Amino acid sequence: MPERLAVRKTYKLFIGGAFPRSESGRSYPVSSPSGETVNASLASRKDARDAVRAARSAFPKWAGATAYNRGQILYRIAEMIEGRREQFIAETRDAAGVDAAIDRWVWYAGWADKIAQVHGGANPVAGPYFNLSAPEPTGVVAVVAPPDSPLLGLVSVVAPAIVTGNTVVVLAAEDHPLPAITLAEVLATSDLPAGVVNILTGRPAETAPWLAAHMDVNGLDLTGATDPELATAWERDAAENLKRVLRPSPDAIDWSADPGTGRMTTFLETKTVWHPKGV
Amino acid sequence: MTAVIQPTDLRAYLHGLPGVDKVGAEQRAAMLGTRSIKTTSKRAALDLAIRMVDLTTLEGADTPGKVRALCAKARHPGGDAPAVAAVCVYPSMVPVAAEALRGSGIHVASVATAFPSGQAPLPIKLADTRAAVRDGADEIDMVINRGAFLSGRYDQVFEEIVAVKEACGEAHLKVILETGELATYDNVRRASWLAMLAGGDFIKTSTGKVQPAATPAVTLVMLEAVRDFRAATGRIVGVKPAGGIRTAKDAIKYLVLVAETAGETWLDPDLFRFGASTLLNDLLLQRTKMATGRYSGPDYVTLD
Repeated sequence: MPERLAVRKTYKLFIGGAFPRSESGRSYPVSSPSGETVNASLASRKDARDAVRAARSAFPKWAGATAYNRGQILYRIAEMIEGRREQFIAETRDAAGVDAAIDRWVWYAGWADKIAQVHGGANPVAGPYFNLSAPEPTGVVAVVAPPDSPLLGLVSVVAPAIVTGNTVVVLAAEDHPLPAITLAEVLATSDLPAGVVNILTGRPAETAPWLAAHMDVNGLDLTGATDPELATAWERDAAENLKRVLRPSPDAIDWSADPGTGRMTTFLETKTVWHPKGV
Repeated sequence: MTAVIQPTDLRAYLHGLPGVDKVGAEQRAAMLGTRSIKTTSKRAALDLAIRMVDLTTLEGADTPGKVRALCAKARHPGGDAPAVAAVCVYPSMVPVAAEALRGSGIHVASVATAFPSGQAPLPIKLADTRAAVRDGADEIDMVINRGAFLSGRYDQVFEEIVAVKEACGEAHLKVILETGELATYDNVRRASWLAMLAGGDFIKTSTGKVQPAATPAVTLVMLEAVRDFRAATGRIVGVKPAGGIRTAKDAIKYLVLVAETAGETWLDPDLFRFGASTLLNDLLLQRTKMATGRYSGPDYVTLD
């Protein structure tokens, strides 16, 4: 019997629910769990543009879904990550990190129908009005994923952005894109509408400036921007259309610590409604 | 030309036209669509495409307010973008559009002749046309009688176009072939020649109410027809693809098709138009991208 040949995998992007190769046709070498070198897609600015378009068209439906429904879908994703636990461990070589990532996802899923109660509510006003503040998702958020903690870090930046109804374009960590690609496979099979999460592999230094300057992107998460000079330049680009920018302190982030609600509230905006009460 | 081709010869003449190589036409259209148009050429192409747009609203829900808003956009699409070629509306909205566009040099186009089906008696079609012209339309988009065309009554179609052309007076006549209902490219070629022989100033692919609407291959066949018609008669007829052209990229592909098939003479808003409503927004977004270097978004153009 000849030895069976393994099926080699092509690592691709995740845009609008599909797995395309980079528009540019480029790829770059990364190391696979078995230690061999494999090719991952090297995204171009046009892939970023397409991803923003996909995220924008997915936004109204995802933001308009009930919080309960979004929570259910996020729980479903956690179930699917659990199902691929072994694969994630092989890719990250960090069992504790994978378990923490699943727990983190479930934790954020629980916030779906609670965030509005905690950060919104009725306001006391001096007039015959019922005055109500409701947090609403800001729109399309571009996320530069952190290079450390490949899965826990990734989950900790993606889940808080989408649980409140935003849609995201994620630039996966350049050196460890495989957990992000596997997460894309999880998302593609877990009822998450196409385009809510779009994942680009490649060099964030190449694609992030286009997202930071993109006028149809409403938020920018610079957690994975390790070069302070580049991060400042991107923050400046983001100011052009008043994007909400999250730029944590440059010190190493302890991903296992209690994350708080800051990552969710950064990409929320508050709508206040004045409603006449009658006499 | 009508003196040369008598209506009695029409059938023999139209069926004597060479057949269209379907595979070849589609392949050629697809091949021309792969041309890369960049930097200054792209900038020029985008501006030309904006100047070629027939900004169109043909909805049952059109109101005078909506038409006025569209006319304002036609005059000043945004930034320093040039004005569009024409605004295309239903006959009942012509007075509003004519008033809103007065002095701007933008044409007022009106669909007529029982658009979009064309299934009405001829006197009604002519009255429809005259009313639109009287109210201020200087371009009439008529639909041909596809029922008559498909059943081989070419004379009837020909006479109707001649009659509508006469009713138009000074106004330009665009003849809508509704290629989505003509079934074959041979029919598209015949209908193109028929419309040109009958005196149409423009041949237009579709009403936009039938799928498929304009496709590159259909437009290629029509561009070949106007090129050959010019060679045969010396008269230059324009082409207007309409329906389904939504992105700047598509528009530029059509411009390549025009330049390579009919020739650069046709790269002129008087001879080539896009019938479109959402295309203008994408052209403006791409124009902004060229100017600022950053991707723009739908928040920065009007919703219409």
